[in-house]
Parts: sequence; C-alpha cells; structure tokens
Amino acid sequence: MRHHMCLLAAAAALPFLAQPGWANMVYVSNEKGNSITVVDSTSMEVVKTIEVGQRPRGITISPDGKIVYVCASDDDTVQMIDTSTGKIVGTLPSGPDPELFILSPDGKTLYVANENDNLVTVINVETRAVVAEIPVGVEPEGMGVSPDGKTIVNTSETTNMAHFIDTSTHEITDNVLVDSRPRYAQFKPDGSEVWVSAEIGGTVSVIDNKTRAVKHKITFDIQGLRSEQIQPVGIRISADGKKAYVALGPANRVAVINAETYEVEKYVLVGQRVWQLAFMPDGKTIISTNGLSNDITFIDTATDEPIKSVTVGQLPWGVAVAPN
Amino acid sequence: MNGLVMKSTVPITLTFLFGFFLLFVNVSELSAQQPAANQSAKPGVDARIGYLRAYEPQLALSVLDIPPRDEGVAGANVAISDNNTTGKFLGQQFTLDVTETKFNADVIPAFKEMVARGDRFVLADVSAKQLLSIADIAKDAGVLLFNIGATDDILREEECRPNVFHTAPTRSMLADGLAQYLVWKQWRKWVLLYGSHENDKLYADAIRRAASRFGATIVEERLYEDRGTARRTDSGVVLVQQQMPVFTQNLPEHDVVIVADESEVFGSYVPYRTWTPRPVVGTAGLVASSWHPASEQWGGVQIQSRFVKMAGRRMLSKDMQAWTAVRILGEAITRTKSAETKQVEDYIKSDEFSIAAFKGQKLTFRNWNWQLRQPILIGDGHGVVSTSPQAGFLHQFSELDTLGVDRPETKCRLK
Repeated sequence: MRHHMCLLAAAAALPFLAQPGWANMVYVSNEKGNSITVVDSTSMEVVKTIEVGQRPRGITISPDGKIVYVCASDDDTVQMIDTSTGKIVGTLPSGPDPELFILSPDGKTLYVANENDNLVTVINVETRAVVAEIPVGVEPEGMGVSPDGKTIVNTSETTNMAHFIDTSTHEITDNVLVDSRPRYAQFKPDGSEVWVSAEIGGTVSVIDNKTRAVKHKITFDIQGLRSEQIQPVGIRISADGKKAYVALGPANRVAVINAETYEVEKYVLVGQRVWQLAFMPDGKTIISTNGLSNDITFIDTATDEPIKSVTVGQLPWGVAVAPN
Repeated sequence: MNGLVMKSTVPITLTFLFGFFLLFVNVSELSAQQPAANQSAKPGVDARIGYLRAYEPQLALSVLDIPPRDEGVAGANVAISDNNTTGKFLGQQFTLDVTETKFNADVIPAFKEMVARGDRFVLADVSAKQLLSIADIAKDAGVLLFNIGATDDILREEECRPNVFHTAPTRSMLADGLAQYLVWKQWRKWVLLYGSHENDKLYADAIRRAASRFGATIVEERLYEDRGTARRTDSGVVLVQQQMPVFTQNLPEHDVVIVADESEVFGSYVPYRTWTPRPVVGTAGLVASSWHPASEQWGGVQIQSRFVKMAGRRMLSKDMQAWTAVRILGEAITRTKSAETKQVEDYIKSDEFSIAAFKGQKLTFRNWNWQLRQPILIGDGHGVVSTSPQAGFLHQFSELDTLGVDRPETKCRLK
C-alpha cells in the first residue's frame, strides 16, 4: 500500500497532460457526509460541495445533464439537484429507503429499489408521481436498464435473484438465480448480456438476455487476499462492449475484464472499499469511489493505471458524470 | 418424505397458479402443464420446518436481560417470510411448525410427533442433553437437525453427529473471539470470576483455553457460589454494592475481569463494582455473541428493521441463529429446487454452499463437525465494539477457523 502511495505521488507530481475539450463535472454521493462533492474532471479538483438529505447513496444524472438525482436513503426520498445552480430543486416520492435507482434511457422514468419493502417503485419524473410498485425479492438493490429501455433488471440481495421486468407492463418475466447478495446489474451496451455482481458470493454472473440464463460466471483471484475479501459491487462496461470494470469492495481494487472472453486481465489498486464506478463520456477515464479512503480515483482506461486520487466527502458511495 | 413434495396436490396448485397469474399475467407460455422457461414458476415444493423448543421463563439480574417470550422463534419466522418472498418466484412455500416442551422435559415424544407430522428439517432450541436424546432418532427418521441454541462444544466434538448442523457458535468460539480482542488491546492479564453451575464452568473452561491459545495469563480465579439469594429484591442493590467490591478485593495486578456466569447469578453485578477499576468482560460487560441488536454493518440495517417490523422488538443472537438456519434451508431448497432431505443435505454439505448473514463475508460449515463458521461480535449493552477474528490472527485456510476448536484438534469423528 505504501509503495502504491509513492507511485501515486510521483504520478501526481508530473505535469498533467490535459485533454482538449470541455471539463465534465463529476458528482460523488458521500453516504456519511450527507453531501455531494462536485469534482472538475480536467483539473481533478473539488469545485463544490452540495448539502443533501440523510445518507445519500444512489446517484445518477439526466441525459441532458441538467438534473442530478440522489437517493437520500434515510429521508425516504429522491432529491433533484439543478446542475447549473447546485441547488435542490425538488424531490421524488421514492418509497421507503431508496438505495439505488436507474433512469430510463429517455430520462423520463426512474426505477427505484426500495430495500425495506421488497419493491421496485416506478416514478414518472415529469409528473413526479408513482406509476407502479413492483413486488420483487428480499432486499432489492441493483438496478439495470436495457439500452432500448424495454427491460429493467433488479437484484434482490437475500433472495439472490436477478428479476427481469418488462417496462411496458411492469411485470416480472424472468427470475434468474445468481450468487449471494447480488448488488449491481449492468447491461452490455448492445443489450446482449446483463452482468450481475454478487458481493458475498464473490462472483459476477453473465446472464444472456435472450435465454435469461447464466452463461458464464466470472471469479476473481488476487494473490495475498482471501476469497472472502473479494466482494464485487459496481460494474461498468465500455461503450464498445469490449472491456468491463468491476469494483471489488474491501479488496481495494478494480478488476479489468475482457468482456468478450470474460478473462480478468488486471487488478487496479485504488483505495479502500471500492464501491461504484462511472466512465467519463469519452470513455478514456473511469472513476471509482473508495468509501473508506474518502476519495475517488481516476483510472486511465488505455493503460488501466490510476491517474490521481481526489479526496471528497465522508464515505463516498456513488458517482455520476455530467454528459456535457 | 412424500409429504414434503406436493407436486400436484390441488390446494397448492390453486394457490400458486392464482399468485402466478397475478405476477406473470402477460407470460403466455405459463400454464399448469408448462411452467415458464427460465427458473420461473415450478409449483409444488412445500417445505415444512419444525422448531422444537424447551422453554420456561428465565431469570436475569437485569429486567432488560430477561429473554423475550418468542426469542429464536421470531428469527425463524422472519426467515420463513424471507424464504417465501423468494419462494413465490419458484413455486416454493415454507411453513414453520413450532412445538414447545417444558424446560427440562423429555423431548423425544414431542420430536416424534413432529416427525409424524412430516417435519424433515427441525430447528432444535433445546439443551445439549435434549439434543443428544433425539439426534440418533432423527438420523434414523431421515431428519436434519439444526442446533440454534446450545453452545456446548461437546456437541461438535465427542458427541458430534452427521445429521446435526450448528448455527449457534460454541463457547470456545465466543471465548476466542473475546480473547482475540483483549489480546489486540494488550489486555493480557485476566482475572476469572466464575459461577458454580455447570454452564458457568464450561464457559470458564473456554476462557482458560482461550488464554493459553492467545498468550494471555489468568492471574487469579475466584468461584462465586450460588447460595440461592433472591435476585432483584428491593434492597438488593445496597447489598450488591457492598458485596462485589469485597468479592474482588486483593487480586493480583490485572487488566480485565472476566466473568463466567451464564446462569445470571452474579455476573451483571460486577461491572462498576470491582475493587479496582477494571473493564469487565465475558458473560457481562463486554460480551461476545453471534449477533447484536445494534449491529448495522454489512447491510445489517435491513435485517434489523425487517425484524423489528415483524417481531416488535430488536433482534437477539438466538433470533439470528434461528434466522440463519431457516435461511440455510431456504437457500438449499431454492438452489436444488427440492425439499427432499437427501438433496438438501448434499447441497449444504457441498463446496458450493455458503450463506450470507449480515456479517461481512460468506458463512460456510466446517466439514469435520458441521459447525457454521462465523465472525463473533463483541459488544456491550449499547453497541458493537468490535468484530472477531481480529486483524493479524492468521490461518492457513480461513481466519474464521481461529475461533473455536480447529480441524487438527477436533475430537469429532463423523460416522
């Protein structure tokens, strides 16, 4: 770890080669800080801290980049932040204890996992009204949406299933058993597969979206670490569908996976308790939240080396990047 | 065994089909004859789980420590509800069959009745002696037992059984968990105060074993005889205030006082009343247990709030031990899609098996005595202070095996 810190320090000391183009704002939810830290992606510096509700976790941004949505879990609400002013401009009726959600590709519908009530709540963002409540398994958590917006996948942590839900009927069509405590669901950009991480099981299940069956199970093996310490959580897959990144929680690393062969190619050491990930819009950088180190790490996706870690608020949980 | 799998009985089919059509109303291929593809609707697995309980109201030195009437049973009920939420997607239904006997009663007749009713999986919330009285009858009847209450090491050692799984930790696991924390704190000089009942002596034995394992020294031991004086009498506090300092007077230099008083005769009176000001640990003060009503780590908030909602009180260790046992069965029945004893047993005993129970890592069984490996929470009346195994206590196979009797030392020979 110390060795790694020296490397990081050395990297930071080098003049940073700024990419041409606009800076994107990076929004990080701080679970214990009850705040959102805004980081400029070009300077990699904190530009603002926004106070939000209790225990902010899930965070996402509208396709036009105008609104950031935050699950204020302990306030049982979803807060909307205007990105131009940094002010909270409204709330959505999320149902109790919202942890994670997903916005439909058109930005009109929000699907929220309500952990305490075994429900997925469907919210019309425009009217701010609940459209449907879908009963799912015990402790719903991960939410994924297909690129065409026709299917959402919810994972339930104690039931250990990925529930496939038809967004036109709000009915469950398939239930796929995965390993223990499934945390996160991520569709491949072409919609062919859904990747589901299992925190306690220590695996990522690759589910074929046509057959709705597990076609491959990715396992992780890090020298010097016990398998119990490897707890996959957040997943991101590159726009070309070739590479996947998986946050490994207390293993303090992000796994880099060949998304075509499912081989783990590399483990990038970032910070403690790596939780969620987000790509920069150009895909050249991916950002991890490191909960116990209170920082985020920018990783270069060409070399898969960490570029820089930036201190944010207390217990960073989720991250969303403005598309513009 | 036939009573368990009801593949085509009328009530089950009707109940489930009704449920499924609500859920899968637009899934055209779903019908009674042709269940939907992909792990959906396969009606007909009905799993009865028995809960055998020897109960009588227990005394405690503090009214706050009196076990609730439904201790353990409430945990099993929450897990049944969890299993049924999962089960509705797979056509599996779980029910709990609770049978209560007197505390020291012969439990054989009650157990035989449960078997006759079709219970093939039974949670045993009974004493070690009572458990042993039914273990072999259970084996002959093809029944799997889950020991959710007894911490006696002997049940995992000399008297281990191939059909008895233990979700309750052993006294040695609890003592080792506590000892690791004390050693990590560099509190290595211990005074041991132990009660005169059999259970107290067994707990004291586990503490002595832990001291020698982890390099602590017991500088003096004192026995507290139970002379049957009334607990919680009106003037008791005055008496105790005089008595405890005297009982702990003239001890050699020590870092902590360990009390071994499972019987609740004197232990809870020791904190704040010792002659020299020292922390009190063991069965009072800082206590090692399988769960803590204030544990919120590792997703614990969710099980805690689910439990409070159903039971109207906070979740205790025995509730967690029962919850875990029922969830283990749920997991096995979900994964094998069967409630046949053989399949369930094979799955639980396979390398594939693990269970998540809000303790930060997967829990598995020790395959030499079917004891569930688990982190031990170290907490006081207010909250969790630490979780063992402590960092730095290493093991070649699993750090959880630094807690309790390990494979090379076991006296268990499974037949």
